[in-house]
Parts: sequence; structure tokens; C-alpha cells
Amino acid sequence: MIKNISNLGDAAVYCDFGNEVNKTINSKVIKYFKTIKKNNIEGINNLTPSYNKLIISFDLNKTSFKQVKNYIENIDLEDSQNINSKKLEIPVCCDEKFSMDTKRLEEILKLSREKILEKFLNKEYFCYMTGFIAGMPFLGDLDENMRAQRLETPRVKVPKGSVAITEQFANIYTFESPGGWNILGNTPLDVFDSSKEDKPNLINPGDTVIFKEITLDQYKNFNEK
Amino acid sequence: MKNNYINIIRSGINTTFQDKGRDHLYHIGIPFSGAMDNRNFLIANKLVNNNLDSSVIEFAYQGPQIKYSGEKINIAITGDVIFTIKKKGTQIEGNCYKSYQIENGDEINIISTNKSVYGYLALGGEFDLKPQWNSCSINTKAKIGSNDGKKLDIGQKIYLKKINLNKDIKKTNYINSKIENIRVIKGTNFDYFSEEGKKIFYEKEFTVSKLLDRMGMRLEGPKIDNIVNTNIKSEGLIKGVIQVPADGNPIIMLSDHGTIGGYPKIGVVASVDYDRLVQMSPGTKIKFKEINLSDAETLFKLYEMETQNLLSQI
Repeated sequence: MIKNISNLGDAAVYCDFGNEVNKTINSKVIKYFKTIKKNNIEGINNLTPSYNKLIISFDLNKTSFKQVKNYIENIDLEDSQNINSKKLEIPVCCDEKFSMDTKRLEEILKLSREKILEKFLNKEYFCYMTGFIAGMPFLGDLDENMRAQRLETPRVKVPKGSVAITEQFANIYTFESPGGWNILGNTPLDVFDSSKEDKPNLINPGDTVIFKEITLDQYKNFNEK
Repeated sequence: MKNNYINIIRSGINTTFQDKGRDHLYHIGIPFSGAMDNRNFLIANKLVNNNLDSSVIEFAYQGPQIKYSGEKINIAITGDVIFTIKKKGTQIEGNCYKSYQIENGDEINIISTNKSVYGYLALGGEFDLKPQWNSCSINTKAKIGSNDGKKLDIGQKIYLKKINLNKDIKKTNYINSKIENIRVIKGTNFDYFSEEGKKIFYEKEFTVSKLLDRMGMRLEGPKIDNIVNTNIKSEGLIKGVIQVPADGNPIIMLSDHGTIGGYPKIGVVASVDYDRLVQMSPGTKIKFKEINLSDAETLFKLYEMETQNLLSQI
């Protein structure tokens, strides 16, 4: 399943599952990730699953590349049924106040604003990974006609809650941060909550996400319920 | 015990609490953080008889000026740091790697680090801080850690919940060695670069730019030419990874780095050289030297033994 295992520096193992980005390959990555995490191996101190790679960081005082590699090669993987994944609905307000890049997207994609939102909303997206900034989910895949490049000059500040797209992916800015993705709307939902130490991320790798449109009034009232 | 505290008179440029950092969180987007220069962090704690993973105050370039209120306490500063201690109107020049006893009303003024970036101030005891994910390390970009994930600010009072006073003065003769060569292990995308680019990477000199913080270090110098693709599908990063984006200038990931990145990785800094790498200030010349994995492992073990040796002598 892993095409190649190599070292990334002297304190990490780089597991390469191939170059394509798809659900099948990513599910394999997640399967390894969840099994290793559960096994709680002495010395392994971090795991970073992504589209088609898994990076395993370790404490060089406690173990080594050779030992971790050997462990990975002989691992008993969990059955996929044991991977509990959720289906989540994310409310998103696409009022012009929030959808800063729809004009830009209309030009690039040659689609009307309505068509863009229609193609984006109410579809199932798979969460490939979370990260870059804490809790940010990388979701896919967008419709073939919806794929645009990043902004040429990234924004210095993207507002918290921004729902944005680039290439075949969508994401949610979990807090204000620099960023270059095309912004379609904003969610009032806290996708990352650092006060919940055991489960800070609302969306985790392997989950399915559907964006549901809400009005500006619903957005404003959302956190007052 | 609620009467022992420090008052921040001047906060300094980037003053935070740091400890050993937090692990097992890369997959949700949270890096290790922790003291940038681990060896100097450990020595600071040892000099004041603390647990080695106690939180210390880390500062960069200009440090804080603080006034202490409470019972007698030991303090120690490590790194290459210029500072003064004011006791009842008399001011003395402080020495790094030596503990001092200070008392109610005394002031510590950390003027600057000398040709380096980070310094550490340890107080003998435990600060009263709220940890997040088992660590008080502050990550200001993600707003995570003690002090609500923010830098220390002017006028703040920070309490100690415990003091362990040691009557003896402790010291060590440690000198921070400066190195010009940073040893690196070949990165997973090394072959993305032209033959000329690879040669430049190992043979030419780079300069640490002003774009330097706890997240990363950008270098300037001859451009490293990419012949395959200037982007890769986003994947995990670790500290010490050297990425080269389209502009051909290397960026080294440091302790507060983003956990995922999409630029090709030309190399990874060997763990043995990380403490010294982070101390390179803007304008410092840097050269990379290739080593293999087994040498990197051996060198790291020796470095760790040396650290343990230093600590056991204090």
C-alpha cells in the first residue's frame, strides 16, 4: 500500500502513497494514521496525514528511522469499518459581504454567481486532511468546472470562518490568517475550538462535509441561539 | 504564595513563555512550538534548580525589563545576552550562565541578545500559568498556550505559584559556539532542482534575511532553479525542513511552522544543528553541508550527551 518509505531528515519517516489525489489513496493514508495513532508507539510524537503522504515524526532520543520503518512495514492495519467518520453540515452565508471573490471567479470560470454557488453548495466533500493552520480542513473534490488558481497576491488577512476554494479543493479559515484561496462565503460555526482540548477540530480527515446556504439574518442570529 | 510576581515594565520584541512544547497535534494543524534553543532552555532551568521542563521566559533580540515583588528567588539567564540587575539603587552588569538571588523590588533589564536571536530567563520556581495541551508554550500565530496565546505585554503581572530558593549560586562556563556550516540531510524533493541548483545549495553562501520569526527563516542568495514543478501536493512539514518556492529562495521551517506546505523540500536541517541554526540573526552567512542519515544520528547522540554532561555539572 505504501509505495516508498524514506527518511525526512533524521527524526521523521516519510511514507509515500503515490502522487494522485483521490479518496482511495487518501483513505489508505488515514487508515495508517489511525492505526499508528491508536497503537501509541514509544518515541513517535507526531503524525501528519495529507492527500497521499504520511509523515511520522519521532523523538530521536527514544527511537530511530530504522525502528519506525520496521514497525510500519510490519503493521497490522485496522479494518476500515473501525474508522469512524462523520457526515457534517456546515452553514455558509454567501452574502456579498462575505463572498469577496465571486466576481473574480465569474471571470475565471465563465460561470454566473448563481451557477458557482449551485455547483458548490449541497454537495458532499471529503476531508483529506487538516492543518496548515490549526483545524483547517482540506476538502474535495470540486466540480471540474469550478477549479481556479490561488489569488496572485495572497491576502494578508482572510477573515475567520471564510469558506474558500482553489483547484479541486475547498477549505475553511479557522481563524484570521494570511491566505490566497478564493473566498465564496463565511460560516458562523466554530470549526476549531482550542478550549476543547480533546476534540478541537469539528472536521477530521475522513469526514464528509456538505455546505448549506444560510441568509445573512440567519448568520447574524446563529450564535445567539 | 500569591504575593510573588513579576511586573513587566517593558515587554521586549517577542517575549513568550516556552517549555518543551506540545506533541501529537500535527494532524490537527498545531506544531510543537517550545523553546527554540532547547539546550539553553534546559541550562536556564538547571541553574535555578527547576524541573527541566519548567516554563521559562524566551525573548528575541531586545528582552523584557521586569520588576520582581515577593520573597527571595533565584534567577538565571542563558544565551548570549546583555543584561543588568538593579538592586536597591545599585546596578550591576549580569553574566549569563550564572544564577543570581534577587529580592523584592529588584529589577532585571534584558537589553539585547548579542549576535544571536534568543535568550532565556528562568526563575527558580513555577509560574502560575494555564497550560494548553500539556504545554505552556505560547504560539502567537495560532493564539495557543498560556497567557491566552499572546506575547507578554507591558504592565502585566505574572505570579509564581511556587518558589524553590537555593542559597548557593550556580554557574557553568558554557559558551555558545557559532557555526557557519549547517548540516543537512537530502530532502524528499531534492531531484526537483537543476544540477546547478543542487550545486548552489551545497556550495554557495546564503544570508539570513529579516523575514525571520518563530515560524520560519527565509534566506537570500543565489537562486535555486527548479526543473520539475515549483509546487507539490500539500503535505506535512517538520521543523528544519528547507522548502524552495518558485522564487528560488530557501525557507527553513522553525518551531511554530505551519504543519502543511506545498513547496518542494530540498533538504532538512540535521537535529544536531537546530539549536545553533535558530540563533542565526538577520545578516548572518550560512552554508549547507550534506551529511547522511547515520552520521546525523551519531552527531545528534553526541550533542545530547554533551548537553546531559553540561547539565550534570551544574
